[in-house]
Amino acid sequence: MRFAVSLLSVLGVASIIGTVLKQNEPYENYIIKFGQFWFGLFEHLGLYDVYHSGWFLVILLFLVVSTSFCIYRNGPHMVKEWRTFKEHATEKSLNAFGHQATYQLNSGAENAKRQLIQFLQAKGFKYKLKQQADGSELIAAKAGTHQRWGYIFTHVAMVIILLGGLLDGNLPFKIQEILGHKRIETLDIPESKVPEISRLGTNNPSFRGNMTLPEGSSGNVAFVRVRDGYLVQELPFRVALKDFRIEHYATGQPKSFESDLVIIDPDLKQPVTKTISVNHPWTYKGIAIYQSDFQDGGTKLDFKVWDLFAPNTQTQPLAGAIFQTGILGNGDDALKVEYNDFRKFNIINMSQDGKGKPHNVGPNITYKLRDNKGQAIEYVTYMQPMQIDGRHYFISGMRETVSEDFRYLRIPVDGDFGVDGFMNFRAVMLDASKYPEIARRIAAISLEGKKEPALKKQFETSVVQLLTVFAQGGYNQIAQVIEKSVPEKEREGAAGTYIKMLRVAAYEAYNMSLAASNKPLLPSGGDSEALLRDSLNSFSDMFFYGSPYFLQLEQFEHKEASGLQLTKSPGQKWVYLGSVLLVLGIFSMMYIRERRIWLLLKPASNQVLFAMASNRKNLDFEQEFNLYREQLKSLLA
Amino acid sequence: MNSHSLDFQQKTLLQRLNWQDWLYALIIVAGSVFAYIQYAQYMDIYEVGFLFGAAALFSYLGWQWKRLAKLVLIVGVVSLFSISLYHGEQARATQVFLLKYLISSQSAVMWMNVLFVLAMATYWFALFKRSVFAGKVATTLTWSAVLFGFVGLMVRWYESYLIAPDVGHIPVSNLYEVFILFCLITALLYLHYEQKLNTKQLGGFVLLVINAAVGFILWYTFDRQAHNIQPLVPALQSYWMKIHVPANFVGYGAFSLAAMVASAYLLASKGFLASRLPSLEVMDDLMYKSIAVGFAFFTIATILGAMWAAEAWGGYWSWDPKETWALIVWLNYAAWLHLRMVKGLRGAVLAWWALVGLIVTTFAFLGVNMFLSGLHSYGTL
Repeated sequence: MRFAVSLLSVLGVASIIGTVLKQNEPYENYIIKFGQFWFGLFEHLGLYDVYHSGWFLVILLFLVVSTSFCIYRNGPHMVKEWRTFKEHATEKSLNAFGHQATYQLNSGAENAKRQLIQFLQAKGFKYKLKQQADGSELIAAKAGTHQRWGYIFTHVAMVIILLGGLLDGNLPFKIQEILGHKRIETLDIPESKVPEISRLGTNNPSFRGNMTLPEGSSGNVAFVRVRDGYLVQELPFRVALKDFRIEHYATGQPKSFESDLVIIDPDLKQPVTKTISVNHPWTYKGIAIYQSDFQDGGTKLDFKVWDLFAPNTQTQPLAGAIFQTGILGNGDDALKVEYNDFRKFNIINMSQDGKGKPHNVGPNITYKLRDNKGQAIEYVTYMQPMQIDGRHYFISGMRETVSEDFRYLRIPVDGDFGVDGFMNFRAVMLDASKYPEIARRIAAISLEGKKEPALKKQFETSVVQLLTVFAQGGYNQIAQVIEKSVPEKEREGAAGTYIKMLRVAAYEAYNMSLAASNKPLLPSGGDSEALLRDSLNSFSDMFFYGSPYFLQLEQFEHKEASGLQLTKSPGQKWVYLGSVLLVLGIFSMMYIRERRIWLLLKPASNQVLFAMASNRKNLDFEQEFNLYREQLKSLLA
Repeated sequence: MNSHSLDFQQKTLLQRLNWQDWLYALIIVAGSVFAYIQYAQYMDIYEVGFLFGAAALFSYLGWQWKRLAKLVLIVGVVSLFSISLYHGEQARATQVFLLKYLISSQSAVMWMNVLFVLAMATYWFALFKRSVFAGKVATTLTWSAVLFGFVGLMVRWYESYLIAPDVGHIPVSNLYEVFILFCLITALLYLHYEQKLNTKQLGGFVLLVINAAVGFILWYTFDRQAHNIQPLVPALQSYWMKIHVPANFVGYGAFSLAAMVASAYLLASKGFLASRLPSLEVMDDLMYKSIAVGFAFFTIATILGAMWAAEAWGGYWSWDPKETWALIVWLNYAAWLHLRMVKGLRGAVLAWWALVGLIVTTFAFLGVNMFLSGLHSYGTL
């Protein structure tokens, strides 16, 4: 038993490792976390998948063996204890009991015997009579000896549960792997190219694999992840996904994930259809199919592409689909577009303090732009404007590595909640041919009354210069120019002047862009001020956007893929059987109290010796003994 | 006088029942039948089973423990009265006087918090003053807190359906709700033993852990607005939740109770408060009984969890952090019981162990949610 308990302790500690160190992550993550040396050591120890490592399985096997041995050794004793009345107890041994009493009989021994037997029966004891050599008679009684089954049940339960678990574990594969019959595949290759050595046949007794099915497609293999690779599990049937649905609560949170599945099996006359959802799997031919997750299944996308740095308002159409790629631009500057993910619903908590209710902000698209050197920038762009601090913006985030947070470009919406207003404004701000006109308009307003041509000319030149600098790199560029040409003390003042002038210029530029598209001009007031401030910020942030292309998602044709989990676990019924035994065992061990009573009738001295014992001493037993002692006293008095 | 052996015949439960017991069971069963007739079309076969199973369970528990029967009836009456005041409108929770200040879900939970704090203070006062009267008041306060807590949960259950029919669910789905459940179950377990073993002196200790939970509830309410009812994520939409979670909290509650008794035991064994606290034997026995109940329920809860996991996650055991820590908690108390029952160990070692057990249990209950991620991340902070 000591061995088994030590094993259980080791099992406990080993299990803790698996909860502290996140299991089954991609191996690169572990290399980053631990460095090459520790990574290798930990990999050797199987710490990335503790519960399927060889040594963990060995502990479990040892537990099975050692518990079985315990049952073998103690089981017969327990059965004996369960059956025996211990009627061979002698007067001497009874006298040695801690809980005993002697009574003097008034009436005859026969009468007392009858009363005592009735007493024992009333208390629910079973008894056995034994004539002693000296003429006295022993009544040996027992109650609650079923408790002894508790020991057997709990220990057998442990063995059954562990064996059931091992049956569903990866032991068969482990053995085949050690013998060299099987090997995991680590390369990302099409399923059909995976060699036989990394495939598991339909006769594999137990597995737990995954399958991702885009709507309208089907498959007959599942992928079983093992360490940093996978195995292909062949299925005895084909599964097709007709439709995948997500339903939402009024608040936007997901309410249900459902897949309409069809099973095509040569054994069936016609395919069977069934809908599965979370908590409602479908078991067919011993294989349970679960709704596990979902992802995009190749949504078709239509974009309008803006060249942010072109001084015009031309756009190009671009069509693509998730998991596919496209090309933007020409020659050496061409960028490869990799469409990674599309999400129709995005539940975000936009309130400042995080206390407000999360709500749906609409679809977004994640894609990468990769240059010809292989360098990629990841983008996430929302289709619809989002409300931030009471104003609406089109949001697009970019980052260079996965470990960074996205940095966002916020484009203010125009009067029609579109992006065009900003884009047209941007075109004017980039178009040097428009600067003299802007300068002229500003001069006309701010220099009213002063008609000196020289002053006017100088003013206009400086406006043009300012716009030229701003168009080269936004606020950052202006800051650099100030740093180079303005003495330190005057910098703040200069910056203030420039920003004020830019605001005025932006107003003129925006109105020029509106006029060009026959739109009403900006009204004066706070709203326009805010719009211009946002537009200038956005213009300035463009220079940090990482690429000149802004992909405006115009339309999509949503196609989802359902993530299914397929499992075959023949050990499950054994585990459940073991669980039932375990509960029965625990209850009988703790809530059935074994007690034994001996009553020795001694006709010679006209006395009765009462002794009581329990295999567990506790308060309840003390109380019961005291009660019986008093009751027997009054009974025999 | 010569008495007769049959005088000592132990009456069976059914023989001991009087007409009040039968009336109580009749009310419970009638209520269940009414609920069944009203709502059968919304329940699956398991839920119907739970409904009548609960009726049988509460009848039995009420027969065994008369005060619980009273509690069940009063909770029923007050909850129904509260619900009748809503007229089917959530907004009335803050408009109707009685609801706003007493028996809307949120107010009732607040009253529970207040009463638990008062009960703890009174228990400690009774302990130091050796006041029998104050002890009785403390017990009454604890019962009242339990009453308000259960009314709060019952009305919350109803309120969740007022938000939208598809949002409605039993209030055991997130940390806020289960903390209330934890307070109530721990308090009930304690009250049961208090009555059985006459251990009012331990109330102050047990209410320490309950009030720690009350503190959490208050912080969670005011800082995180956790009392707002949220709809269930798909994984939680299952009848299993109705039995898995309560069974687990009987386990957690009993382990916490044992740990608090253990702390009193350790103080008394070092001579502190020894004259005021119950005897070491009684505390030792209470500790054992409590851990035994906890262990039995925790085992059942873990098995139910495995069965649920087999239906929701594709396998009865996934070595998810929560599962693994449940196993560690289970192993810990299995070893505790083993040493006590098989080796006959008693005394300070087991008391210390029960205290450490509380840390392990707390980590399994809260720490896993806070520090480790996994499938079981419904109760994140």
